[in-house]
Amino acid sequence: MIDFWRPFQFEFFRNGMLSAVLVGGLCGLIGVYIVLRGMSYIGHGLSHAIFGGAVVAFVLSWNFYVGAGLWGFLAAVLINQTVRRTRIGADAAIGVITTASFAVGVALVSRYRHFTRSFDAALFGNILGVTGQDVLVILCVTVLVSLLVFIFYKQLLFTTFDSAVAEVYGVKTAWVDTLFALILAAALIASMQILGVTLIAAALVIPAITARLMTDSFNRMIVLSVGIGALTGVLGMYASYYADIASGASIVLLQASVFIVVLIITSLQKRTAHRSINADIA
Amino acid sequence: MQPLVEVNNLSFGYGAEPVLEQVNLHLHPGQFAALVGPSGAGKTTLLKLILGTLKPTRGEVRIHAAGDHRESGPRVGYVPQLETVDWNFPVTVEQVVLMGRVQMSGPWPWPSPVERRLVQGVLEQLGIRQFAQRHIRDLSGGQQQRVFLARALVAQPELLVLDEPTTGVDMRTAESVLHMLGDLNSKGMTILLTTHDLNAAAAHVPWVICLNRRVVAQGAPEEAFTEPVLNETYQGDMMVIRQDGMLFVQQRPHGHGYRSVVPQPVPGDVPALAEVRA
Repeated sequence: MIDFWRPFQFEFFRNGMLSAVLVGGLCGLIGVYIVLRGMSYIGHGLSHAIFGGAVVAFVLSWNFYVGAGLWGFLAAVLINQTVRRTRIGADAAIGVITTASFAVGVALVSRYRHFTRSFDAALFGNILGVTGQDVLVILCVTVLVSLLVFIFYKQLLFTTFDSAVAEVYGVKTAWVDTLFALILAAALIASMQILGVTLIAAALVIPAITARLMTDSFNRMIVLSVGIGALTGVLGMYASYYADIASGASIVLLQASVFIVVLIITSLQKRTAHRSINADIA
Repeated sequence: MQPLVEVNNLSFGYGAEPVLEQVNLHLHPGQFAALVGPSGAGKTTLLKLILGTLKPTRGEVRIHAAGDHRESGPRVGYVPQLETVDWNFPVTVEQVVLMGRVQMSGPWPWPSPVERRLVQGVLEQLGIRQFAQRHIRDLSGGQQQRVFLARALVAQPELLVLDEPTTGVDMRTAESVLHMLGDLNSKGMTILLTTHDLNAAAAHVPWVICLNRRVVAQGAPEEAFTEPVLNETYQGDMMVIRQDGMLFVQQRPHGHGYRSVVPQPVPGDVPALAEVRA
């Protein structure tokens, strides 16, 4: 029988588990707004942009969180402003700005080859490398983001539903978009160490779309998405420990499995409902 | 009387091509007006300029608050075109209506008991209270129109602006929406709407503004809806028929080279009109 408490004797596992739960819930929360804004690709793009910022921060000997965070925030604001002020769609703006930013990182990494290995964790996630300081940062970001979403819940909801009309009703949508860019950049920085640049997008999108399949209520969607994110964080950590696979991959694979199960169940429910309607008509 | 909305020498273009040129318009408190004109005439653009989401290239839009709102500026309720709404967004009728209070409500994400009562009251007034917890997609076109009207009304607006409220709904629903707007106007609300339905505007709206880049004419429908004015507005061959105190507008029919095929009724199908009459 598996002893679920045994891994907790290791500090790296305790730190990793706490981080995975917080990051899972955090990505689940932000993911709801990303999916409903039709910007599912932004997580993927911005995480790559942040990689560029992380390399620049390293070269300039800046603090990782400050450099990468600032870079990610500016990239997100630039994407929002490009979409607002030009005829370029969100997908194209994300593609151009984030890949250019990623390319800066790749160029610097190839120029200064001696630190290439240091960025493996940023690309693929490394739960074993999560320190007490990292956990503290993740905790602070999660609390701050949750507070901001709570305080600006109505403004965020209206802007996500219909930005143009929200402005007529007095919501400063440009300000809300900037706030959201800040929230997103902070969440991505916090998640980078756990999930890695390559898997963050999945952790942002999968819990939210799974929750969307399960409910037509915005509030319930948030609760479900956060729940799925946090729970798959816990289970993914155990899977990572016992199957000896990368933590980011195990968390995302679990989320994808939950999505497939929910998709099958909801499709069957829909088919059954259609059949009973047809039977009633006949 | 000071106008509530004042549009002075307004011009606007999205690019080099002007969409609106030298538009002058006054809307007085308590007025109920319809903007009519062909597609691309600039109706929605003019609404957006009045609502402040677009800035004029030249000229100005002034909205003067009256009464209690003199300090804070006038409250404006806006009902967008239904086709711009994301019907798959996970929100209930009540949540949509509460959005109208976004800048007036308390700091909590949930509504106060007072707000909930206000929303219930407006939903009751519009006859859709029983749908409060339904998803917005699960309503008929008329009910959906009322939901967005309810969102505008909970803001307790001085000025209500509606973009094509009669488009995409059946004739009976369009009538009922215009009746409802007439009731609101009779209680003192200033209303400006856009519509493609000239006959409904002639029957229900006391003031019409014919727009095609510029204001071609404005006035009571009986005065403004003349063939020369409508021909200029629509760049077409319009016909105005007056009968039994009512006014009908119709594009003059022209002969078409279509083939006239009379289908044979399918056995057991609905009887043809001729058979019903016989």
